[in-house]
Amino acid sequence: MEPQGTRLDPWIDAYAQRTQGLTASQVRALFAVASRPEVVSLAGGMPYVSALPLDALADTVAQLVRDRGAQALQYGSGQGDVTLREQILDVMAPVGVRAHPDDIVVTAGSQMALDLVVRVFCDPGDVVLVEAPTYVTALGVFSSYQCQVVHVPMDGEGMRADALREAIAALRAQGRTPKLIYTIPSFHNPAGVTQGSQRRAEVLEVARSTGILLLEDDPYGLLGFDGEVPRAIRADEADGVVYLGTFSKTIAAGLRIGWAVAPHGVREKLVLANETATLCPSNFAQLTISSYLATQPWFEQVKVFREVYRERRDALLESLESLMPPGTTWTVPAGGFYSWVTLPAGLDATAMLPRAVAALVAYVPGTGFYAPGAGGEHELRLSYCYPEPDRIREGVRRLAGVIETEVELAATFGSPTSAPVRSGPTAPTPDLA
Amino acid sequence: MTSDLGGRVVVLAGGLSPERDVSIRSGRRVAEALRGHGVSVDTLDVDGSLLAALAEDRPSCVVPLLHGAAGEDGALRGVLDALGLPYVGSRPSACRSTFDKPVASAAVRAAGVAAPESVVLAATTFRELGAGPVLAAIESSLGLPLMVKPTRGGSSLGASVVRSAAELPAAMMAAFAYGDIVVIERYVAGTEVAVSVLDDGDEPRALPVVEIAPDGGFYDYGARYTAGATEFFVPARLPADVLAACAQAAVTAHSVLGLRHWSRSDLIVDAEGRPWFLEANVAPGMTETSTYPQALAAAGLELGAVTLGLVRRALAE
Ligand SMILES: Nc1ncnc2c1ncn2[C@@H]1O[C@H](COP(=O)(O)OP(=O)(O)O)[C@@H](O)[C@H]1O
Ligand SMILES: [Mg+2]
Repeated sequence: MEPQGTRLDPWIDAYAQRTQGLTASQVRALFAVASRPEVVSLAGGMPYVSALPLDALADTVAQLVRDRGAQALQYGSGQGDVTLREQILDVMAPVGVRAHPDDIVVTAGSQMALDLVVRVFCDPGDVVLVEAPTYVTALGVFSSYQCQVVHVPMDGEGMRADALREAIAALRAQGRTPKLIYTIPSFHNPAGVTQGSQRRAEVLEVARSTGILLLEDDPYGLLGFDGEVPRAIRADEADGVVYLGTFSKTIAAGLRIGWAVAPHGVREKLVLANETATLCPSNFAQLTISSYLATQPWFEQVKVFREVYRERRDALLESLESLMPPGTTWTVPAGGFYSWVTLPAGLDATAMLPRAVAALVAYVPGTGFYAPGAGGEHELRLSYCYPEPDRIREGVRRLAGVIETEVELAATFGSPTSAPVRSGPTAPTPDLA
Repeated sequence: MTSDLGGRVVVLAGGLSPERDVSIRSGRRVAEALRGHGVSVDTLDVDGSLLAALAEDRPSCVVPLLHGAAGEDGALRGVLDALGLPYVGSRPSACRSTFDKPVASAAVRAAGVAAPESVVLAATTFRELGAGPVLAAIESSLGLPLMVKPTRGGSSLGASVVRSAAELPAAMMAAFAYGDIVVIERYVAGTEVAVSVLDDGDEPRALPVVEIAPDGGFYDYGARYTAGATEFFVPARLPADVLAACAQAAVTAHSVLGLRHWSRSDLIVDAEGRPWFLEANVAPGMTETSTYPQALAAAGLELGAVTLGLVRRALAE
């Protein structure tokens, strides 16, 4: 008799192909430690919601339930509340997006909008062009729809238009046409860089001339530190761009409300897909945001957030400047939540993470922002959005010690350190160039 | 039914080690199993508020399910001793020598169980002597492939198989990221087994031998905690005499290391049917994919009943 083995999961042979990447990992294990208060976590991108006027929000919610509870607690439309969609137009005015409320689909965070766009456009094997590096959970979406991800190099101004054009040509030469160009033009996650207006125009021109849909993800657009709001690509092209926005960074991530602005045909499909996925985005959360926008000085609050994050960005950059060992470089973000750090030659950010966590500081290793095997080994993302400035300084101090130890080890074990040593703030970093 | 315990049982889980998540899962499972027997159980993390919480509502007994340092090196159990709190599992000094893999291997080897030849080195040694010559010397004496791992670790964190000399530096870096001392040992090819030992009667006894067959070949973190990534056979697909030798090796390890109540030894059986001792664990994993609960089930035992029995034993000792 053949002995029977067990895999402890009777459904193991039943799972869909798309679940293949979902495995336990050492990095996740280490993040579990990073959630302890002793650890300075420069890893997660949690907005600092404590800066919100919580009392005012409490009143808003109480009044909403009292006055319009029966509506707020009922199913809503698959496209989203019409009043909120009108208000979203005001929220997008600073980035220059002009549209009709009917062009907007409200979703459970812009993550859901991203999921719906990929669902609507991509069959398994379809190619998606993304920045190198790119937003980790966008990669998760592409992978769950079994897309092939092709990274386009960046420089200090984000996605390189020439490289984008070359990548498309190379794919076309193989008989493949990408379905989407996914870009985060403002205050990039994780790279911390921003496309200037010239660059945006060039990227848009590539999309137009190749006939590929541009998916513009803009969660941080209003969070620039010098007060200037970068003009969205969608502001100059309505038919070839799907624009994603969110209230997660300007109001509250926990409400899970984002949106897509899409051309007519795409939008119809997104509404149907949204209904299939969730019936409707939370009506309660939508009406809460709608009341908040109507009764609170929401743009003043955005300015408060900018100040909070600018102070933290400064704390990060100052301490990187004074503490990082030679050979370390980083990007200087003009807004948003992140700086992208390149380690001295020979260091591997994933391999170094346990040492960092033992020293009570956490970051996200760069490989998470690339398709498997596509890069990021020597890079890491630092978030400054959540910890207080003093904690950020302490975290960088710990991280500097960790990198120094690791540099010594790498020297001992003869890792290749022949590359010219560069240090300090930079755009582009060697790997982004 | 369990009022004789004279107070709640505290399961300790979490901590700051890289195995925090594993420990939380082990703790949850054991706590639930105890509750199934009517035991009042609280699960506490190890942090600045632990001692106050223990003092405020003194438990009858503690079940430490912390993996990694502090939990397994005896430090925390020393504190429990100082507080006069009974606990399930081994005493601090036994934990100390067991958690240090080379120390444990030496003791178990002296008791007649095979353990792979190894070299134990600190990062400073490499720095002083030069990594190249030291690694070359190790490679020529132990041969390839080699196993590199931190001396004090768990869940294969920082452990890697080295099949060519070119892979050695990266393996060393990975292991040193988890600790200052690293063991490089001969890689034993064969069938990996885990042998659980339970001491709930007159003598420690081995539970059915669990064979571990990871899809990727290496029982690494992903293979351990991704449900379905590893196939287990209980009992292992080995001849009866080999199974008996594995059981004997684990009981010997449990005894010479002075372990108490429960332990698990990790072994590899080579082509000749000889079991090689890799390490022993004083806080065996109790997660949904861990081997100890599988061994208990194969022996017709239930985790809650067994843990409760050990709680009673701890109270009586
Ligand atoms: N000498 C060795 N030969 C072959 N495989 C080994 C050897 N040492 C360890 N391994 C493998 O590495 C895994 C982890 O090693 P182990 O010594 O059990 O440490 P830990 O479980 O504490 O991380 C084992 O489960 C086994 O798969
Ligand atoms: Mg082991």
